[in-house]
Amino acid sequence: MSSPLTSSPVLTRLRPLLPALGFAVAAPALHLVMRLAGIEYCLTQLTMAIYYAIVVTGLGLLMGYAGQVSLGHGAFFALGGYTSAVLTTHDFGKWQASLGWLRDVHVLVARQDLYGSQILTVTPWAACLAALAVAVVAGCLIGYPALRLRGHYLTMATLGFGLIVAKLLVGTSFTGAADGINGVPEWRFLPGIIVSGKSALRVENFYLASALLLAVLLLLRNTVVSRVGRALKAIHDGEKAADAMGIDTAAYKLKVFLLSAALAATAGVFLTHYTAGIGPSEAGALKSIRYVALAAAGGMANLWRVAAVSIALNYCSLRGWFGSYDNAVFGALLILIISLVPNGPLQPGGWLRRRFRARSTSSSQHGAA
Amino acid sequence: MALLEARDLRKCFGGLVAVDGVSFDVEPGQIKSLIGPNGAGKTTLFNLVTGLLRPDRGSVRFQGTPVSGWKPHRIARAGLSRTFQNPSLFHRMNVLENVMVGRHCRTRSEFWGCALRLPGQRREEHRVREAAVQELNFVGLAHLAAFPASALTFGQRRMVELARALATEPQMLLLDEPASGLNTSEKRELGDLIRRIRNRGVTVLLVEHDMSMVMGLSDSVLVLHYGARIAEGSPADIQNDARVVQVYLGGEPEHVAAG
Repeated sequence: MSSPLTSSPVLTRLRPLLPALGFAVAAPALHLVMRLAGIEYCLTQLTMAIYYAIVVTGLGLLMGYAGQVSLGHGAFFALGGYTSAVLTTHDFGKWQASLGWLRDVHVLVARQDLYGSQILTVTPWAACLAALAVAVVAGCLIGYPALRLRGHYLTMATLGFGLIVAKLLVGTSFTGAADGINGVPEWRFLPGIIVSGKSALRVENFYLASALLLAVLLLLRNTVVSRVGRALKAIHDGEKAADAMGIDTAAYKLKVFLLSAALAATAGVFLTHYTAGIGPSEAGALKSIRYVALAAAGGMANLWRVAAVSIALNYCSLRGWFGSYDNAVFGALLILIISLVPNGPLQPGGWLRRRFRARSTSSSQHGAA
Repeated sequence: MALLEARDLRKCFGGLVAVDGVSFDVEPGQIKSLIGPNGAGKTTLFNLVTGLLRPDRGSVRFQGTPVSGWKPHRIARAGLSRTFQNPSLFHRMNVLENVMVGRHCRTRSEFWGCALRLPGQRREEHRVREAAVQELNFVGLAHLAAFPASALTFGQRRMVELARALATEPQMLLLDEPASGLNTSEKRELGDLIRRIRNRGVTVLLVEHDMSMVMGLSDSVLVLHYGARIAEGSPADIQNDARVVQVYLGGEPEHVAAG
């Protein structure tokens, strides 16, 4: 085994960037293949799968590093998407007199709705920030009490939260009830870069989603190999020992949960603008369970693999390859992984390594006795 | 002023009084040992001092500051570090990373700094790595830095746990039965190491069953029996204390003296 103290510094620095390079190359390569195969229109589903992968990557961080499971990430996704959808489609014209100043600071903007009438709505950027704030506040309300305890309380709390959010969205006419919200405008994300589902912007949006996912992955990679990542892994491995090393375990668990929730909400915001709408099924428990299954299928702690597996499977799902068995496929996947390879499949030699580890720990325990 | 002052500590678990009104001081630079038969309340007392348990009554002052009721991470930050009876290394990390975790309470990079790899964070990370290597050298295990923690022998895990505790820059180190499960040569190494730790200026509070180690190392020994303090003094005094002999051997003190 090579020691980190002796191996070549150039190689050790470059090695962690290989997956990033792989992603950066894969995006244009996929585009090229689809173009040559004459199925460039499939980039739409691929783009959507990439946005969903942001949710799953955030969940992988929470599950693989802090050892906490959230069954409410669909709800956080929906909170982000719905907040953004409501604010950018609701007509605030009635309150024009009192809200005029918001127009001056570009939080409100006048535009035409689908039917050509003039309405006053929140700009997508401001709506995005509001969506993140909503997700973080909701995350605090659930996470703060649940994460002060050791154990699976967060799982329970987020499951309940997800069910409540889903019911509220279906039952509220303000959010379009079972129809959801349509007519969400496109988002001028940066000058010249527009989040929109228009077919003319398909390629551009595919690369925007890819860049966003790559940025998220790089930032998370930096986080997990640093002080914060070590603290999270320590909490996962032994909360008592982590606490004794000066790690504020409750605060770290809450922070990583909020980060993860904010990533889900961000993906919700982007996808809502991309598809120009959002429906209540996004908040459903089945969606949340799907995210957990995908994170587990990717091996949780390896965020690159989590993202890749998530894109692949969600793409198949969005193309309708699983037909009416869609949810069943993800349920079966979860069952198989938990019962056969709880540390994640696709690990070269993973099964053997675990066998070896099990043997070495049991023998050292004999030595202690 | 004593470094650690425990006053009248009491802790009950249901009807069982695990620690019953125990008071003691630990002077700076001392190696102090806490002994007593199984179930005497040694580990409970330890957990009261390090914040894992909250005392029902009494107080703990560290460097003059009352720390009872503080969370363990805050106590660790204040300069009081500990090891566990069963070495509790983080098994998903390698040996070096385990020790690097010990630097957590002396470093500051948070999510943003780490995610963006800001210059301050990179410098800090470099210092953390250096300090961790230094502590591994101190316990003589630097050659195992890249090994997964789960691949170590029991004795090596204990040493790594010590290095990790030292990485927190403690004023005082609490060792919970560090010699248990070690073989004779490992015990000798451990004894030397504890002495070297004291020579670095770290005060040591030791819970231990191995009497030759306790008597060889300690400046002062505190004896607990059924949660109460029955004797305190130098190793020589304790060895000749009639009540201690009675508690440990179960016989009448006169018999022992005669035999």
